[in-house]
Amino acid sequence: MNNTELKNLSLNIYMSGVGGQGIGVLSEVLIRAYDDAGYEVKGVDTHGLAQRGGKVESHLRIGGPAGSPLIEPGTADIAVCLERTEAYRALVTYLKPGGVLIYYNTSWQSLNVRIGDEKEVTEALIKTEAENRTSSVYEILTENLPDVRLQNIGLLAGALREDLLPGLASANIENALQVLFSGDVLSSNLEILSG
Amino acid sequence: MDIGKILLEKEPFSDIMMGNAAVVRAMIEAGVEVVTTYPGSPTPEIAEAARAVLKYESPFYFEYSTNEKVAAEVAFGASLNGRLSVVFFKSVGLNVASDSVVQFSLLEPQGGLVIILGDDPGANSSQNEQDNRHFARMTNIPVLEPADPQQVYEMFIEAVEISVENKMPVFLRMTTHVCHAKSRVSFGDRTIVRSGRGPSFDPDFGEYIPLTSAVAPMKKRSILKLGKIRERSENSRFNYLTDRNASKGIIICGLPSLSLSDLLSEIEDKPDVLTIGMVWPLPLSFICDFCENHDEVLIIEELDDFIEKEVKAAAFDRGLKLKIIGKTEPDDFIGELNQQNLRHFINSKWPELGLKSPAVPLSALTEIKPRPAQLCPGCGHRSAFYAIKKALKEDDITVADIGCHTLGYMRPYEFGKVLLSMGHSNGTGAGLSLFNRTRRIVTILGDSTFFHAGLPGIINAVRNNHDITLIVMENGTTAMTGHQDHAGSKADSESGKKKISIKAVLEGLGVEAVYEVDTYSQSSLTKAVDDALAVKGFSVAIARHPCMLKFTRENRHRGITPDRQAGIDPAKCKNIEACIKVFGCPSFMVNKETGSISVNKELCIGDGSCVQVCPVSAIGIKKKNEAEHE
Ligand SMILES: Cc1ncc(C[n+]2csc(CCOP(=O)(O)OP(=O)(O)O)c2C)c(N)n1
Repeated sequence: MNNTELKNLSLNIYMSGVGGQGIGVLSEVLIRAYDDAGYEVKGVDTHGLAQRGGKVESHLRIGGPAGSPLIEPGTADIAVCLERTEAYRALVTYLKPGGVLIYYNTSWQSLNVRIGDEKEVTEALIKTEAENRTSSVYEILTENLPDVRLQNIGLLAGALREDLLPGLASANIENALQVLFSGDVLSSNLEILSG
Repeated sequence: MDIGKILLEKEPFSDIMMGNAAVVRAMIEAGVEVVTTYPGSPTPEIAEAARAVLKYESPFYFEYSTNEKVAAEVAFGASLNGRLSVVFFKSVGLNVASDSVVQFSLLEPQGGLVIILGDDPGANSSQNEQDNRHFARMTNIPVLEPADPQQVYEMFIEAVEISVENKMPVFLRMTTHVCHAKSRVSFGDRTIVRSGRGPSFDPDFGEYIPLTSAVAPMKKRSILKLGKIRERSENSRFNYLTDRNASKGIIICGLPSLSLSDLLSEIEDKPDVLTIGMVWPLPLSFICDFCENHDEVLIIEELDDFIEKEVKAAAFDRGLKLKIIGKTEPDDFIGELNQQNLRHFINSKWPELGLKSPAVPLSALTEIKPRPAQLCPGCGHRSAFYAIKKALKEDDITVADIGCHTLGYMRPYEFGKVLLSMGHSNGTGAGLSLFNRTRRIVTILGDSTFFHAGLPGIINAVRNNHDITLIVMENGTTAMTGHQDHAGSKADSESGKKKISIKAVLEGLGVEAVYEVDTYSQSSLTKAVDDALAVKGFSVAIARHPCMLKFTRENRHRGITPDRQAGIDPAKCKNIEACIKVFGCPSFMVNKETGSISVNKELCIGDGSCVQVCPVSAIGIKKKNEAEHE
């Protein structure tokens, strides 16, 4: 790796979801996939107390000039989100104007919504807000997933199909999955990836 | 991927690695023999990586100790015996350990001793954001502060060298996003063991009894050693200069140095930057030379003005005439210096530098309500809060403690009105009970915390006959930090680990009223708490249920997934919403248009703890395939 000339790409990918949705795996796959594609990568998961149903974020910075593993709000090129409310939050905080939002269209209602303190975020609200910011939005929903913990890979598969991950080929994600998993887990992940 | 295998690689290699895993490779290369900890964010992944290694080889002994003080003492004792040792814990863990740690530099741990601190600027997962560099000054312990996983690895090895050479402990201070940062790290091979194993324990290597007249020479020796280490700091490659011949200079350390490099890429006229990796003792000559060559120097450090005060004093002593700019506003002392906060800081001190204004203003970030953390579906703590609340009166005082059950302070349970630290509840509760004849005091403790720091407060309450009812939330694990075993977890015959019964401990202490109930038996728990509250003096209800997150995870690893699911009978449901507004399981969803309640199949684990909650018996538990056809 040290001797390969690293390609000239600079990209910030912000990921978010709710604790328990598998953001950690999503970010681990992406960081290894970009590394596999020959880019310099830095990332960090930020979770705090969030394992218990709060928000989980992961930051990924691709390309040589990145300093901190954290992304500054308003500078993410791409936001990859596993849940609708978190997708909205990503859109208005981390995504840059004109950026790309990809989200898995499921809703894990927060207590505030269930108690009636807050309105639930709708697809329409995300669309309008994205238009205001000239950002594009892709909703992904994979039918008949055998396990909710595969939504993260379903989301990646969708992003690949729409060609939303610059510099990355399906093979890079496959290679990352090969490194991270084995056996049944690997095959079910690969199956979803190939659609 | 098997992190244990990777970390044991014989040849030099590189891999994408989290700071917390990189440090374990450093331990293996350095020849560490004893590793101890008490879990706490942001460090639990160090333990996970260490334990993954032990599946294949035993380069070191590892234990989860009862608390940070014991963990530090075990590592210290092992080092006295010539073993290179490491102890790690979260920021506030040092408060617990400090009663012993303050003596470490007076004595001479022979084998080397590195203390890894997981400091938490921004209080991402802590009850405060204390800056542990202050302890370095108080204890005469050197501090290295890495900025990324590569430096974590390199600085750990440097820490070992300093420790072994000087027979004194060294702090490696890793902040949250250094612990969790991931990037490609290049490691060395395993053939060079950098530590010299010291000789085994001999009191003649002491003195090891720091008492009265022995203290002064010991203290002097540690100050002299620190002076020697300062020389090393002056020449350390971890303190380095980026020189552009500018008139302005910045002194910075740790992760903020990486945020700074992001920000400086925006401007042409960049200041010179002096990056400090060895934070204590500071390379003051190097720093003063830097100051002398600049008209203005801005000091950038997370949390307190630790370096700033040192630099200003040194500059004053040397009669330097430059302007040194540091912290003045309350906000300057608060939070992590990520790009957005650092941008704000620099723009407020040096607007002329020309950094852009933020793409998203800080105020916009705090406007959006965060998603509140919640207890997991099936959590025994939820059932317990639901049941306990039924036994309480409006003006009873509930005292929170630290663990997953802390979340009880939030809606809908609102159990727990004051929180300090692990195990505080019975001390604080005792104080609240004084001169308080009508309002009853209910305290809480998790089972890991019971052993960690809970016992002294309990013993105090028993001895002094304080009128408190304690609820022990026994879930068999240290849940909040990721399911580490504790003294009350199941026994392990292979390693000889024993399970200590909380009930037996309480009985041994002479607590007369100890009730035990599974938290899913909600009406029995309500009655137990009622009965315990009726007892004058100290009484305990043990509310027991295994951690369901751990249970479902372990099952999943064995290929077992929940086969049952809660379902709501629409014919019976009257939209009372007790399942949401009182019980608060996240698996229940409301359709805000129709008002109808449904079950989120992605979340429900079919535990059934909700069934008793519905006043019209609309909740049922069904086999998953049946529930799906509703
Ligand atoms: C001194 C100190 N050490 C460690 C922690 C980290 N910590 C937070 S919650 C917790 C777990 C407590 O476990 P337990 O008491 O069993 O409660 P549970 O989470 O299982 O409900 C720990 C160790 C801390 N906050 N303070």
